[in-house]
Amino acid sequence: MNFAQGDLLMLGAFTCYMFVVWYGMGYWLAFALAIVIVALFGAVLDATVLRRVIGQPQFAVVMLTIGLGAIFRSFASITWGSEIYTLPTPFSARATRVAGVTVSHEYLSIIVGTVILCAVLYAFFTFTKVGVAMQAASQNQLAAYYMGIPVKRMFSLIWAISAGVAVIAGVLLAPVSLIDINLGFIGLKAFAAAVLGGFGSIPGALVGGLTIGVIELFSGAYLPQGFKDVAAYVVLLAVLAIRPQGMFGTVGRKKV
Amino acid sequence: MRFVFKTSYEQDLGLFRDAVQRNCYMALFVALLVLPRLVPAFAGDVSLVFIYGLCGLSLMVLAGYTGLVSLGHAAFLGIGAYTHVYFLHDLGAPWIVSVAMAAAVAAAVGILVGLPALRMTGLYLSIATLAFALIIQEAFTRWERVTGGLKGKAVDKPVLFGVSFANEIAFYFLCLAFLIGGLWITGNLLRAPTGRAWVAIRDSEIAAQSMGVNLAIYKTMAFAYSAGLMGVAGALFAHKIGFLAPDIFSVLLSIQFLLMVVVGGLGSLHGAVLGAGFVALLPVLISEARDVVPVWAGTLAGVFGKTAGTAVLHGVDRFVKQPGLEPGIFGLILVLFILFEPLGLYGRWLKLKLYFSLFPLYKRATFRRQRAYMRSERLR
Repeated sequence: MNFAQGDLLMLGAFTCYMFVVWYGMGYWLAFALAIVIVALFGAVLDATVLRRVIGQPQFAVVMLTIGLGAIFRSFASITWGSEIYTLPTPFSARATRVAGVTVSHEYLSIIVGTVILCAVLYAFFTFTKVGVAMQAASQNQLAAYYMGIPVKRMFSLIWAISAGVAVIAGVLLAPVSLIDINLGFIGLKAFAAAVLGGFGSIPGALVGGLTIGVIELFSGAYLPQGFKDVAAYVVLLAVLAIRPQGMFGTVGRKKV
Repeated sequence: MRFVFKTSYEQDLGLFRDAVQRNCYMALFVALLVLPRLVPAFAGDVSLVFIYGLCGLSLMVLAGYTGLVSLGHAAFLGIGAYTHVYFLHDLGAPWIVSVAMAAAVAAAVGILVGLPALRMTGLYLSIATLAFALIIQEAFTRWERVTGGLKGKAVDKPVLFGVSFANEIAFYFLCLAFLIGGLWITGNLLRAPTGRAWVAIRDSEIAAQSMGVNLAIYKTMAFAYSAGLMGVAGALFAHKIGFLAPDIFSVLLSIQFLLMVVVGGLGSLHGAVLGAGFVALLPVLISEARDVVPVWAGTLAGVFGKTAGTAVLHGVDRFVKQPGLEPGIFGLILVLFILFEPLGLYGRWLKLKLYFSLFPLYKRATFRRQRAYMRSERLR
């Protein structure tokens, strides 16, 4: 559970921007560097800060990540200022016609990137030993310890991966929505998506994200102005009221 | 260590543990009565502390005692504020009626939110309340007939039974009265069966249920009570800020309320008030520090020569004048508290007190709690 995810996304987009525009690097090189740097940062963050709250109530983790998110935003506004930047990409201002619909390359890159990323993550968590170990560590820390899984290292790795994914999302998003320090608030929508689908289910997260995106588009087009921003949340509340564990979440009763 | 041996039921029913405790609180009360006379400049800031104290109480009941973490409490504050102003200005209701309406409307909305929240736990609930807060904030912007929309709405000074509370010091006493009332009601509620049921729900829902606590009723009650208290705080808050705009009641304010509860110490009424003092006075401290710190740094660096002194002065000055710094400081404090003092300010106070009462024999392990290793709700 990480409320700083959106802010990591923002940091990633800024790092990439910095490499491309300030240091004049190639887009792909900057992209890779940004992923590596922020992923390392995520791992270090886990090893130094988040590891200390293992064994405390989950509420502590939530508050901790909220605090970290605020620090990141503050850091970004001091380092990069509050201006709005655009990230030049190799996809800018080009379009392809697919089956009669014109799709700009920027959007195409997002679609392709998302599909690849989801496939890779899904395969990683289902088929590799490390991925399964991570799932075990997140389901029951103590039992995972007993089975010989290095839970602490797993958590650092999870943080690194999630930070890396956040960077990919941030950089893909950057040409469409411009980079500024409030980019992180998209993380809130990501949460809505994850909760809508049910935590801990990658297909659920994907379906949730698609649902929210589609709802936003359609309510923007067909409902009076102002409903666009809240329609997704209304649906989220409705779904949670009917299925409190999200669409794909599984129900489990805790033992006393 | 003092142990109180209770010999009669009156002693058990009394608000205070013994005469010493009662006298301490009386002394505090007298100090608060005298404070605005001594330092009238601070009356405004301290009345904000009292209003935040009410907010802290409200969130403490929900998060600290019932274990339902809400990320959307600023919405209830907003509902209280807007309802109060609507009844007071647009419908011309008397002040006290309109405050009561603010509490009632906020509590009603609290029940509405609480009903779907009954089935949710933990993180799902936090996200649901967050979504609710975002919806409400949008409603404040769009429902212009009542809320004035983005243009905002001016609020007059309170007039109660023909007595004007326009004066800062008079308003201070009004807020103090409401805070003491809130503390008294909440304190009594928490000692009563209701409060015990809430604590039981916090500690284990299933254990509470098997002991006959009706989860639905008590959770809804906690939501309604917390929202109602927030509504009252909202009414006072509206007068305090004097101008209502939708972006005041943002997620950031909700997070500040959570910060208040965590910094004060979860699960104690003292903590709510201490945390409120901390959160309300920190911006004042920061703005003071903005002027003072560059000068200190400049003087320190001035040891190495005059140019170094002025350079550091300007550098530090530019750094601390950054507008983005304040949320970062809040975040840093939150992180530090969670890492090093999960029991909050009140926990620190308890430790200090125990340290001195047991002087040579204090051991740190007294407050150590067993770790509970996290399991996700997912079982497959």
